[in-house]
Amino acid sequence: MSEQLRFTKEHEWLLVKGDVIRIGISDYAQNELGDIVFVDLPSVGDTVEEGEGIAALESVKAVSDVYSPVSGEVVAVNEELEDSPELVNESPLDQGWIVEIKVDGVAQTGDLMNKQEYEAFLKEV
Amino acid sequence: MRYLPLTQEERKEMLQSLGVDKIDDLFTSIPQQMRLNTDLDLPEPLAEAELVRHFSELASKNNDLKSSVSFLGAGSYDHLIPSAIKHLVGRGEFLTAYTPYQPEITQGVLQSIFEYQTLICELTGMEASNASMYDGASALAEAALMACAATRRELVVLPASLHPEWRDVVRLYLESQNVSIAYLPYDEATGVVDAKAMEDISWSEAACVVVQQPNFFGLLENVGVFKKVAEESGALLVMAVDPISLSLLKSPGELGADIVVGDGQSLGNAMGFGGPSLGFFATTGTKLIRRMPGRVVGETVDTDGTTGFVLTLQTREQHIRREKATSNICSNQALNALMAAIYLSLMGKEGFKDVGYQCLQKANYMKQRLLEIDGLSSPFSAPSFREFVIEGDVDWEEVNMRLAEHGFVGGLPLERFGQPGRVLFSVTEARTKDEIDSYVNLLRGLIS
Repeated sequence: MSEQLRFTKEHEWLLVKGDVIRIGISDYAQNELGDIVFVDLPSVGDTVEEGEGIAALESVKAVSDVYSPVSGEVVAVNEELEDSPELVNESPLDQGWIVEIKVDGVAQTGDLMNKQEYEAFLKEV
Repeated sequence: MRYLPLTQEERKEMLQSLGVDKIDDLFTSIPQQMRLNTDLDLPEPLAEAELVRHFSELASKNNDLKSSVSFLGAGSYDHLIPSAIKHLVGRGEFLTAYTPYQPEITQGVLQSIFEYQTLICELTGMEASNASMYDGASALAEAALMACAATRRELVVLPASLHPEWRDVVRLYLESQNVSIAYLPYDEATGVVDAKAMEDISWSEAACVVVQQPNFFGLLENVGVFKKVAEESGALLVMAVDPISLSLLKSPGELGADIVVGDGQSLGNAMGFGGPSLGFFATTGTKLIRRMPGRVVGETVDTDGTTGFVLTLQTREQHIRREKATSNICSNQALNALMAAIYLSLMGKEGFKDVGYQCLQKANYMKQRLLEIDGLSSPFSAPSFREFVIEGDVDWEEVNMRLAEHGFVGGLPLERFGQPGRVLFSVTEARTKDEIDSYVNLLRGLIS
């Protein structure tokens, strides 16, 4: 499944399902943040602009924003995270997904990295 | 810091190191024609003894609670203040520390704030309290803003029975943030808001509904009516409570409040001609706690496992994530909050209950006595706690002036709030039966 994921330089991943994009953070990102204790989720129906903060992850170290890699409307949030924020640590690429955004028009994922490219990118970080 | 006058020698040395001859040379950038070339029109300096005499004379013109018996309330109350409070908060460690800007080094101050927060949580029945705010009115405004942020709605519903000055403060905070306000009328006969008042509000847009308990007229609102509309519409229930009333009433937590605010002056703080006071602010639930404004002290353990105190959840605050801050408050009323904490600790559960019970009994005794006077009536039928409204064809300003000659500060005439002929009395546990009887008899002589 992780073969289908596309990664950003901000260590977020995207899973394209038609015009809906599921967003989460990478294993590297969750490891850097440490134990996540709270996820501040947006509301379904919110509109977001590319580059805007859509969620905030509160770890024992810091609070970090999750930036939306696309513009569109929030169509789902992972409500499991309200009671179990640790899912972001335990299963960052699957059960720890954060939001789903319905994009305006066609999702542009051309300049995103696939898994191999992201792993190569991490070696340079 | 001490005030140490400079000697001529020291001045010379400082000027020399600056490379100028005299102090005036420091102001050469100010054009000559703009300078004041005469001395300020001030009286000559006074010696210490003369200064004390001068200010004693000025101070004696104030009518304070040592020389008067007060029935004035409406937001600031003459409760008994144990003298231990003054001595404890006067300790330099507390008095000079102010709000913790270098917090973790001042463990004692943090612990005192933590104890204050714990007491506020116990009093309100909520899960978390902040370290205090400026006063009750600004705490309510912050609660309204927090509700808007939490619900992403932009309508705040206020009861018309809210203290009119609190309403003004809330309006001031909200009008620059594009938040609308809707008002719930109170029933003219009962003086409180009923279910019928809820009908004309577009609740789907409401971020919160506010209830003040007791309300501005001292009357007990039916909180269940507010809770019902909040629950049905997804608006938050914000309760603005008088802390003394919580000694007898069900806690806001039990009533299902989402945010609880109030003014803490009643808790061991002097009326002080209107301030300073403190606002308390408490909420419940992981999500709302993270939206709470102000500072929060938490208890933790250090690397050796020893208990310690820290400022916690600081990412809500503007010095960490300015653009995401939940409020621009970055301070608290530490010393006033400490007075409140010491007050509650000294009174204890039983003593505090007794304060509430005496307020209730004495206020209702005075109300009954006043109603025995021909021409006076009670305009509202809802039960009252420590304050009540009396109505009559009386010029209450004039009455207050006349009775001031007998050492009484009367109730608040409500004419300025659009209710001519009405007056709001406050009776705390500090009033005696003799004081109440004397006032009632003098008033009877004056208006009968």
